[in-house]
Amino acid sequence: MSFETVIGLEIHAQLATRTKIFSSAATAYGAPPNAQANLVDLGYPGVLPVLNQAAVRMAVKFGLAIGANVSQRSVFARKNYFYPDLPKGYQISQFETPIVAGGTLDIVLEDGSRKTVGITRAHLEEDAGKSLHEDFQGFTGIDLNRAGTPLLEIVSEPEMRSAKEAVAYMKKIHTLVRYLEICDGNMQEGSFRCDANVSVRPFGQEKFGTRCEIKNLNSFRYIEKAINYEVARQIEIIEGGGKIKQETRLFDPDKGETRPLRSKEEANDYRYFPDPDLLPVAIDAAYIETVRQTLPELPDQKAARYIEKFGLSVYDAGVLTASREMGDFYESVLVELPGNEKLAANWVMGELSGALNKDGVEITASRIDAKRLAGLLARIVDATISGKLAKEVFEQMWAQGKDADAIIEAKGLKQITDTGAIEKVIDAVMAANPKQLVDYRSGKDKLFGFFVGQVMKITAGKANPAQVNDLLKQKLAG
Amino acid sequence: MTELHHQTLAELSAGLRARRFSSVELTQHFLSRIERMNPALNAFITVTGEQALAAAAKADQQIAAGKGGALTGLPIVHKDIFCTDGVLTTCGSRMLSNFTAPYDATVVARLSQAGVIMLGKANMDEFAMGSSNETSYYGPVKNPWDLKKVPGGSSGGSAAAVAARLAPAATGTDTGGSIRQPAALTSLTGIKPTYGRVSRYGMIAFASSLDQAGTLTLSAQDAAMMLGVMAGFDERDSTSVDTPVPDYVAALGQPLAGLKIGLLQEFFEKGLDEANGKLVRDALKVYEALGAKLIEVSLPNLPLSVPTYYVVAPAECSSNLSRFDGVRFGYRCENPVDLMDLYKRSRGEGFGAEVKRRIMTGTYVLSAGYYDAYYLRAQKVRRLITDDFARAFNEVDVLIGPTSPTPAFDIGAKTDDPITMYLNDIYTIGANLAGLPAMSIPCGFLGGLPVGLQIIGPHFAEAKLLNVAHAYQCETQWHKQMPAGYE
Repeated sequence: MSFETVIGLEIHAQLATRTKIFSSAATAYGAPPNAQANLVDLGYPGVLPVLNQAAVRMAVKFGLAIGANVSQRSVFARKNYFYPDLPKGYQISQFETPIVAGGTLDIVLEDGSRKTVGITRAHLEEDAGKSLHEDFQGFTGIDLNRAGTPLLEIVSEPEMRSAKEAVAYMKKIHTLVRYLEICDGNMQEGSFRCDANVSVRPFGQEKFGTRCEIKNLNSFRYIEKAINYEVARQIEIIEGGGKIKQETRLFDPDKGETRPLRSKEEANDYRYFPDPDLLPVAIDAAYIETVRQTLPELPDQKAARYIEKFGLSVYDAGVLTASREMGDFYESVLVELPGNEKLAANWVMGELSGALNKDGVEITASRIDAKRLAGLLARIVDATISGKLAKEVFEQMWAQGKDADAIIEAKGLKQITDTGAIEKVIDAVMAANPKQLVDYRSGKDKLFGFFVGQVMKITAGKANPAQVNDLLKQKLAG
Repeated sequence: MTELHHQTLAELSAGLRARRFSSVELTQHFLSRIERMNPALNAFITVTGEQALAAAAKADQQIAAGKGGALTGLPIVHKDIFCTDGVLTTCGSRMLSNFTAPYDATVVARLSQAGVIMLGKANMDEFAMGSSNETSYYGPVKNPWDLKKVPGGSSGGSAAAVAARLAPAATGTDTGGSIRQPAALTSLTGIKPTYGRVSRYGMIAFASSLDQAGTLTLSAQDAAMMLGVMAGFDERDSTSVDTPVPDYVAALGQPLAGLKIGLLQEFFEKGLDEANGKLVRDALKVYEALGAKLIEVSLPNLPLSVPTYYVVAPAECSSNLSRFDGVRFGYRCENPVDLMDLYKRSRGEGFGAEVKRRIMTGTYVLSAGYYDAYYLRAQKVRRLITDDFARAFNEVDVLIGPTSPTPAFDIGAKTDDPITMYLNDIYTIGANLAGLPAMSIPCGFLGGLPVGLQIIGPHFAEAKLLNVAHAYQCETQWHKQMPAGYE
């Protein structure tokens, strides 16, 4: 029997508002425990929630960006359950009437194929606090700084059929929310969290299999591993004649496996009902339109523009538009160096990204800014230096924080383009290697590379490669 | 000069400004009465004597400097459901018996800013659930008109305190009749404003879509004075309405000629004590003499009020009371062994029987499989009731009828059967479900016990209600009667 994997993702994106969704406490990460929880967040007797309009605006932005239906009337509902990091004993969320319904997201897989994934809904809710089970001698420390932070819960249709599709979807959402500046996407800090609902069914079967929810997925790598493990686990059970138990599981990154959540007793009946402390969120078409006006160029639009106007490949366009900052950087380079789209693309995706990753630095804090990079590329274009040498110059630029020209000057790296000079070197090489010359002329074509190498050695790599090739060919021919 | 405790807020206010007495004297006068007379009544949970005298001294300075307003220097009592900064706030429950509120409710802050003095916190039914003030952790409150009888609930302490003249006025809250019914049982003027008129911020929540803060006073004029300060939009309460607050005091004297009074058929049906009904009809004659017209109206869905309320209110309360879990504040059981034990025993020991009953009911009607049949359906019936009222108000200006089916009953008489207790709210609940403003004013006595007349108006018609109540109080003396032993 062969099985089909069915995956749906629930993503919780913390909205980048200054203050919480229902209180005026700050949302900044990293404060001492319970320093950013006010009476409303603490659920004290008598307090009441007041909706942060910025959160609504961000949700609407997201809805418009995925082509969804933005509800002109949505309702907050209470999700009731008891846990110490949920001070009121209920979470204010949205149930029957979410602010965003429907929508789609186009994803591109590594092999270049495309897929459209449906999004069921996106709704606003408040985050709970944190429970810290270590470091408290058998107790659990409760930090309520996070309680009340606005979340946008984005629920996909169960339309992904492989871990790779799930990763592509998650990455695209990650890119999108950062483009829209509604979420900083910082997975280490918990601003962007993903739960995966995974099930399998025999190919051709319409009915969905029993699914398990996997939590604690805070990196793209983990998601892929977790899903693959879970799929294999489920298939093994079914093939062994067993049944899948519907449960919530945690991914253990050290062991690479999923395991059931510490028995969290019976399934909760959340007893959802509309929150009587809050009015329905009423927004009109005019408001939605004003939000639409603030939408930036979206990743897909930008990628399409790069493909059409710059002639980049689908893959390259995808990489360059993975973040707004990278796209902006790239285009800034092009401003300085019009007409060199492919060259600039290669360098931004290649050397620059490599250096950024190595130093763990964001492109906005790059040690070589767009202008400087353009300056370096300009020297390749005007043949002052070869592409190969340029890489060395790049490293120096990164280390010293200087312009390309300064380094080329200082190290005397200017390319040798003087035909006469090159011919002189070629003559010397030919004279110094008579045996190879004879072998080459009698048919050993491979020795061409040897001669190139010798010329480059003598010129310390500065000879213009194209000219070397041409002149060598001529001279070796006799 | 009339005894200080015989005077209304309006009279005391004039007295203070005319320097006939000081706020400190006035405050001390009531504090002494409280000390002597409260033990028999149990109307107070906390008396804030020192704080009150200090505030009174400040008020006297204000008055001497020609500053302050009409309420400056006047002492009142706050129902113990309002958070009062630095002062014990118990909500009549063991669950909050150790809770010092870290902030002032908006109602408290506004009155305080207007110069009002807080004498203390009044006893109440636990978490505002009750109609007799018998569910309080702090013991039942006695009705000054007959110490064997209940004062009504849940604002029983507020009512008893004012009726016994231990304070000239009190704040209360009304979710299903908890201001109006005690007012009726203790011969006071009680008002529950329109839902959204007064901020709920800092008012410990029972049923969020029904709760409203109001007052228990000796007259409609006094209610107008207090409401003018309490009412108004509060950005910390999303359900408070941003609509201007009229000058309630100025509106009191409007003539009533042409007023159309609706008599609710459903109110005068069976279940209403005949003698009680007669008092109400006598009151209506007074209105007719003033030029009002009586028109019979019918609200066919009104009889569904009690079951509707007893689905909606417990549902909301079951959720509102989840925060009382022994974790961050309030009562915590001794030596909990794990989380579940902490929850079970803190809540099991912290809450009284009626509160638990309503939490269970509320949890049930919201639960999977029952939500549609109970909660959702009740909210739909609520809409029908609201529409009935709206239709009636197309024909009439106000509705008048009884407040309570009977006068005060014996302490202990109804505690065995919660349903019988719930039926006390039969006339008052409709106004809460529809969010309408409503008052109760004294209209006579039955066997020596007070009877109240209820006046219900359309949304935001407080000025009209106060005007209608005031007109009656200009023609009658019921509201001036005092219980024996408390004159």
